[in-house]
Amino acid sequence: MSGHSTYQPQSPFMLWLERRLPIASLVYSSFIAYPTPRNLNYWWTFGGILTFMLGVQIITGIVLAMHYTPHVDYAFNSVEGIMRDVNYGWLLRYVHANGAAFFFLAVYAHIARGMYYGSYKEPREVLWILGVILFLLMVATGFMGYVLPWGQMSFWAATVITNLFSAIPGVGHAIVTWLWGGYAVGNPTLNRFYSLHYLLPFVIAGVVVLHIWALHMVGQNNPTGVDTKSEKDTVAFTPYATVKDGFFIGMFCIVYAFFVFYIPNYLGHSDNYIPANPGQTPTHIVPEWYYLPFYAILRAIPNKLLGVTALATSIIVLAFLPWLDTSRVRSANYRPLYRQFLLIFFASVIGLGYLGSQEPVGGYVIAARFLTTYYFAFFFIILPLLGLFETTKPLPNSISESVLSEAQS
Amino acid sequence: MNFHRSLIVIAATLAVSLATMVPVRAQEGDAPPRQHWSFWGPFGTYDPAQLQRGFKIYREVCSTCHSIKLLSFRNLSDPGGPGFTEAQAATIAATFQVTDGPNDQGQMFQRPGKISDTFPPPYPNDQAARAALGGKLPPDMSDLAKARSYEWGFPQFIFDAFIMYQEDGPDYIHAILNGYTDPPAGFVLPPGGQYNKYFPGGAIGMPKPLVDGQVEYTDGTPTTVDQYGRDVAAFLMWAAEPKLDQRKQLGFQVMIFLIVFTGLLYFTKKKVWHSVLHES
Repeated sequence: MSGHSTYQPQSPFMLWLERRLPIASLVYSSFIAYPTPRNLNYWWTFGGILTFMLGVQIITGIVLAMHYTPHVDYAFNSVEGIMRDVNYGWLLRYVHANGAAFFFLAVYAHIARGMYYGSYKEPREVLWILGVILFLLMVATGFMGYVLPWGQMSFWAATVITNLFSAIPGVGHAIVTWLWGGYAVGNPTLNRFYSLHYLLPFVIAGVVVLHIWALHMVGQNNPTGVDTKSEKDTVAFTPYATVKDGFFIGMFCIVYAFFVFYIPNYLGHSDNYIPANPGQTPTHIVPEWYYLPFYAILRAIPNKLLGVTALATSIIVLAFLPWLDTSRVRSANYRPLYRQFLLIFFASVIGLGYLGSQEPVGGYVIAARFLTTYYFAFFFIILPLLGLFETTKPLPNSISESVLSEAQS
Repeated sequence: MNFHRSLIVIAATLAVSLATMVPVRAQEGDAPPRQHWSFWGPFGTYDPAQLQRGFKIYREVCSTCHSIKLLSFRNLSDPGGPGFTEAQAATIAATFQVTDGPNDQGQMFQRPGKISDTFPPPYPNDQAARAALGGKLPPDMSDLAKARSYEWGFPQFIFDAFIMYQEDGPDYIHAILNGYTDPPAGFVLPPGGQYNKYFPGGAIGMPKPLVDGQVEYTDGTPTTVDQYGRDVAAFLMWAAEPKLDQRKQLGFQVMIFLIVFTGLLYFTKKKVWHSVLHES
C-alpha cells in the first residue's frame, strides 16, 4: 500500500521536528495521502461518523461530569439540576443521551456494512475482532451510562442486567455481590458504574487507535471486495474521503439535531423521570432500543442459564465470523444466496428488536424463538455451508474495471 | 432480484404481524385523547396565560397533596415560563411558609418564602403524606408530565417521530382529570379506590380532584374540568421541561446552519469528485 505522495517538510521548523518526532509525516501518510478505494459508497462513511460521535460523547460527558453527583440520594436531582440550572445543561444532556443512541445507530450500520461486503475476511480478521471488542466496550459503557441518572429504569436495568451473572453455576451469586459492592444495587454500584463510565470511553479511544492502525495495515475493503491492484483503483484520503465523510457527517448531524432539539425524549423511557425506588418494580422493564434484539434473545429462552449463554453468544459469535464464513468471495453483491440470507438476517434482528420491546407473552414468545433460531442458524449452519455450495457471480478483475463497466452500462 | 425482495417482505411482515397479533394492553388504561398543545411542534411555545391559569390550579388544588420539589419560586419569572415579574414571584413566594434553620439557638424556624426557595412540600416527608392520605404517596409533580406516557405501539410510534409528538404526558394528565366514570359492570374496586378509565388498571387512589367552576378564572376562559385539565397539564409540562422554548429556538438556528453547511459540503464533494468520476 504505497501512498500517492510522501510528506516533504516545507519549513525549517517542520524539518527540525520531522527529524525528532515524525508526527507530521504520520498524519500526512495516514489522513492525507492514504490511498482509499475509489468505489467506496456512503456506507463507508460510518467509520468517520463513529469517530465523530466518540468525540461528541467524550466532550459532552466531561462537562456533564462536572455537574453530576454519583450518590443515590443526589444523582437524580443533580441531573435535574443540569437540566434546569446549568447554562445549556439541557443541551449537553440531550446531546449526550441521544448521542448514545446515534452512536449505536452508526455502529450497527458500520457492522452491517462489514457483514454485507465481507470486510471481516482475510486479511482483515484482527481489524474485525478489534471492532467486536469496541462494540462490547460500547455496550458496557452505554449500559453504565444509562444507570447514572438513577431513575426507575436506570435502577431496574442495573438490577436485571447484573442479576444475569447469577445464572453462572456455583459462583454466580458471589459474582453478583462483588459487582454490586453489597447485597443489592446501591450506592457502591452507582459509584463504580460512574467511575467505569468515565474510564471506558478512553479505553474505547485506545482500541479505536488499534482499529485504525490495523485498517491502515491491510487497507480498506470496497463494494466489489476485490483487492486494490494499482494506483488507478484508489484516490487520496484527502480531499476525496474527507469531503465525502464530512458531507455525510453533516447529513447524520441533521437527523441527530432533529432528535436533540425537537424530540429529545422520544428514544428514552418516561419511567426514567421517576426517581429510582427499590421498593417498586416498574410494570415493564425495557432496555434502551439498541439492546432490544439481545434482550429478546435472552427472554426467548425459558432457562435462565441458557438464555444468558445465548445472549453472550449472540454478540461473541461475531468475533468468529471470519472463520464461520467459508466463502472466499467477500462482497454479497457477488453472492446471490448469501445476500438473501443476510438481508433476512438483518430483518430478523429488527424483528427481534421489536419483540424485545413487547411483553413476552403468547405469539411474541413464539416469534422471538423463531427469529432467535434463525439468528443462530445464520451463523452456525447457513454461513459455513453456504461457502461450500454457493455459486458466486464472476468477480471483476479490478476496481477500476468495475467502475468503468458501471459507468458504461 | 424480485425473489429475494419478496422473501424479505415476507420475513418482515411475518415478524411484525406475529408481533402485533396478540393484544397485550388488556390491563392498561384507555388511550388518552390527544389535545391541541401550544407547545407542540418545531415552533411551539408555552402560552404564559395558560401557564398562569395552570399554576393557579396547582396552587389551589393539586398542592394540597402533591409536592413540586424541583421548582423554585424564581422559575416563575424565568423567560419561556408563566411570565410573572420578579416582584410577582417574590410576592407569591412570601405567601408560603418555608422551614429554615437551624438558627443560632439551634432551632428550626418558619419564615416567609423567598424567590430562591423551592416550593415547600405539603407534608414534611413521604411517610407523613402516606399516613394522611390512606397509605398512597401522591407523586411529586416536578417531572410528572415527562414521567407519564402512553404506548401507542406500531406504527403510530414511527409517525410520532415525524410529527414530533412529545405530548403524551400532558395528554395523560388531562385524560386522568377527565376520566372519572362509573366502573364497567363486574369491575371490583379495591377499598379507597376510584374508577378512572385512563389509569392503568382502572383503580386510582386519587379522588376526583376538580369539578366545573371550582377554580375561578379572571380572563374569561371557560371554567370546565376539560379546560382545567389542559391548563394544569400545560403548567406541569413547563415545570418538567422549563427550557422548551429556548431549546426549540436554538434548534431552529442549528438546523438552518446544518442544512446550509451540509449543502455546501455536498457541492464541494461533487466538485472534488468530478474529475475522478469523469476521467478516461
